[in-house]
Amino acid sequence: MKSNTKKIKWSFFIFFIPVFLWLFLLIVLPHLELLRMSFLGSRGTGITLNNYKAFFTEPIYWLTFVRTALYSILVTAIVLAVSLPVAFYITKISSFRVQGLLMILILVPFWVSELIRVYGWMILLRESGVLNVFLVRIGLFKEPIELLYNDISMVMGLVYTSMLFMIVPIIGVMGSLDDALIEAAHDLGAKKLAIWKEIIIPYCMPGIMSGSIIVFMLVLGSYLTPKLMGGKNSLWFTEQIYNQIIVYFNWNQGSAFGFLLLLLSSLIIWVALKITKQEFTKVVK
Amino acid sequence: MIRTLPNSKGYLTGFRFFILLFFLFLFAPLIVTMVLAFNNSMFPSLPWKGFTLDWFLSAGPEKIGLFHDRSNLSAIATSFKIALSVSFFSTIIGTLAAFLFEQEDFKFKGLLYFLMIAPLVIPGVILGISILLFTNSIGIFLEDNLGIDLKFLTPSFWLVVIGQFSFITTIVTMVISARLRKFDRTLEEAAFNLGANKFEVIWFITLKYLRPSIIGGAAIAFLMSFENFNTTLFLVGADSTLPINLYQQVRDGSTPVINAISFILIISTSIIAVANLYVGNKKEK
Repeated sequence: MKSNTKKIKWSFFIFFIPVFLWLFLLIVLPHLELLRMSFLGSRGTGITLNNYKAFFTEPIYWLTFVRTALYSILVTAIVLAVSLPVAFYITKISSFRVQGLLMILILVPFWVSELIRVYGWMILLRESGVLNVFLVRIGLFKEPIELLYNDISMVMGLVYTSMLFMIVPIIGVMGSLDDALIEAAHDLGAKKLAIWKEIIIPYCMPGIMSGSIIVFMLVLGSYLTPKLMGGKNSLWFTEQIYNQIIVYFNWNQGSAFGFLLLLLSSLIIWVALKITKQEFTKVVK
Repeated sequence: MIRTLPNSKGYLTGFRFFILLFFLFLFAPLIVTMVLAFNNSMFPSLPWKGFTLDWFLSAGPEKIGLFHDRSNLSAIATSFKIALSVSFFSTIIGTLAAFLFEQEDFKFKGLLYFLMIAPLVIPGVILGISILLFTNSIGIFLEDNLGIDLKFLTPSFWLVVIGQFSFITTIVTMVISARLRKFDRTLEEAAFNLGANKFEVIWFITLKYLRPSIIGGAAIAFLMSFENFNTTLFLVGADSTLPINLYQQVRDGSTPVINAISFILIISTSIIAVANLYVGNKKEK
């Protein structure tokens, strides 16, 4: 085996160098550049805090930021509330015969692009949409009503487009939960609520956390759904970033906004992990 | 409570009703989108005016079907080329990364692993901007100091590939790592003892074992690239990809030709997803 040691070292660099280049050139340096640009003035002058100052002094900027953060937390909570019973039904209640079919049905829309799914809701909900035609015909509405372009339709759209990223990891964990634990608790007289609180939720915590992190991050960084389904007067923070970078061509201001969004998402994920005592590298596995 | 315990009728009926509603919610927009692709109307909405294939086949002048729609066809071709390139590069680097993180030990492995999974929690919009800023700065530097003008550093086909590669490689790495982790390393030792060198072992034994996950990773990379919007938005040049092109049409309102495209995309991604699932399950057993 001794003759192998030198070759093994050599193979290490074949693995290491491309991976290192990928992470260093495409992840580390671009984000350092984002940080650097955010401290530069838009007219090529030296280091300045003006871009961050603009964020805190213009209410429209920080209000959008707070709104985006709060709505992202709300959407994550709704998604969790819907996903837990669905995952529970598929892993613990449905008969084994339909279980596989339900899994495939869940996974297929997972791969259909966000744009098409949002478009589907647009032709369902808008004033000339399918739902309005239907509701007018059965007499529930006297005339078509605009159901799209408000905060409720936007939240629903965000729940819809991110839901599966919660259900899939929870199904993964819940599937390995031993039925005997639930049976034992039931035999000892535990109520359903107690079983959920004491057994199912604690056991599924890694799946819940990884789902929540991914959903939160997707919603926070979402652009399409708030833009196409949200109200015309209320912006999502990513739209502010887009406007700065593409519309006003103010890359420095846009960088500051981008960096703040990155900071916010890291902070909220870190707090959530601390509260639930989970580790980041284990959660995303 | 679960299938092995006695359940009240009300509990089961209630749960089934909830699951039915859930699947209705999940599929309604997709089905409505697909059905309206065949409606003989100028708008993607009801009333139903009869079945037609015009939105696929018609050559105009009133209706231009998908197969005669130059802008959408060229966007599909661009997306296809980008997805193939991203899938190719990220599968290679993803495989190397899986070997690096599963089989090698080195200083700062934890830090590098953290960087590798970081793209999962970086919003796609931020990643797009960072790469745009970084490549732009490099481009300016090279032109000012060395007089080299590298076209791929400005928004273009290759910049989209670079941007998508940067985070899709993470997903591919995780898919391949999951399988490599289960690999029985005594097989390698046996081959070493029989006189194989490191590369023969990797080529003939480990990669053979990894093949289903490599194919699966490549398929996932292809799909993720094909439907990516957030990162691509900032990097796209004159040839827009399909999601970008569709977005503009959805935003400004368009004919049911979008439904025709959605129909084809939903059907084909479903086939790829189910095939991928089927292959994955078969190899697991």
